[in-house]
Amino acid sequence: MIIICDLSYKSESLSFFEYVKPIEEIIKKTEMSFKTVHYSELEKKSESSNNSEEYSGLQNFLLKKATGIILCGTALKDNEFLKKTEIFQFLKYTEIPVLGICAGFQVIAKLFGGNIIENKKIGMTTVKTISDSPVLRGMDKFEAYELHKNSFELPADFLILAESDTDIQVIKHRYKLIFGVIFHPEVRNERVVENFLGIIRGTCKSV
Amino acid sequence: MKLGVLFSGGKDSVFVCYMAMQREEVECLITLASKNTESYMFHTPNISLTSLQSKAADIPLLEFETDGEKEDELEDLKSAIICAKDKYCIEGIVTGAIMSVYQASRIQKICDSLDLWCFNPLWYINQNDYMNNILDLGFEVIISGVFSYPFDESWLGRRIDEKMLDELSTFSEKYKITLTGEGGEFETFVLDAPFFKKKIIIDDFDTNYKNYNGLFSIKAAHLEDK
Repeated sequence: MIIICDLSYKSESLSFFEYVKPIEEIIKKTEMSFKTVHYSELEKKSESSNNSEEYSGLQNFLLKKATGIILCGTALKDNEFLKKTEIFQFLKYTEIPVLGICAGFQVIAKLFGGNIIENKKIGMTTVKTISDSPVLRGMDKFEAYELHKNSFELPADFLILAESDTDIQVIKHRYKLIFGVIFHPEVRNERVVENFLGIIRGTCKSV
Repeated sequence: MKLGVLFSGGKDSVFVCYMAMQREEVECLITLASKNTESYMFHTPNISLTSLQSKAADIPLLEFETDGEKEDELEDLKSAIICAKDKYCIEGIVTGAIMSVYQASRIQKICDSLDLWCFNPLWYINQNDYMNNILDLGFEVIISGVFSYPFDESWLGRRIDEKMLDELSTFSEKYKITLTGEGGEFETFVLDAPFFKKKIIIDDFDTNYKNYNGLFSIKAAHLEDK
């Protein structure tokens, strides 16, 4: 099962429909199973667990049973998620494919030691692929929709897969299937998400 | 969160108003009437009727006029939003944008410059689910304008119902039109919605139609108890 993570300021917000639902729609076309959770769920310990346990129920599920995780974008004014990046520490120890979109890109970059850069972009930009990767299969040069206030420096252990004239656009961990995309692929570039789903299929025998 | 809804009176802006009311506080509706019928930003048929919809919904309306010239209308929109912010202390704007990056990115920039949230709850929605949802929830919507082949005169003023959705689906497959009219193929006007306290009854109308372009103009209408 794929976990879609809503990084918006609250659960079931108006932003859910804008940044999470379009990702759900792309996955629905593939008939792969998924579950959407708000990132606050990552903190919740189940009633039966004792508080000394290292991971919450959902974190354990993500580490042991999930087939992939997608961290979705948020509204331009919504940077609440950046205050809570410690709850994503478990991602450092997961072997499953991870795709961070916009806000999700920022979570991944911060988690792996990248420094935040104030970098506002609203609108279309031309993206060029500079390093072959399954996540950008069939995409050499394309127009992409950016909507962010911040970006991050490239963290150690990450490679740049694609860039625009001014910014890093797509990154990948050197050794893990962890990808970050600063633009919004659900807008005119669904193929990025479809390619990512293909990577998930390639890593698990029973999807 | 206190929000203002960019409001044209068509199905999308009425539907997002409904969505916003379920999750936040809608303080006002904001209408920009464009003198330019070719406006890139603002829907035009029956825009003057938004005041009646605002009464039906019992939500205050701020109405403004714009010449609708390409980038000037954005300045007019910004002024309108500033007005809403001053008068109703709104913290964000809701729009009915579905796929238009042109519209969405411009409104995002305006909201950002005014330190406001911007929500587009219909963004890249599954159009089939959305249109069925409109019917399931009891919205009463009519076609207020047609602007492309194969829409003939009989479409003007028609209510959106299941039969119409079937026809639209056929058109969509055959002629590549969008189910929602997002491509500008048709425009709509809402007579009733789940959150309206009264419904709109049309008393008099005009139609103008030529060569797959037509308008259904409401000349007189009143509110009735539901």
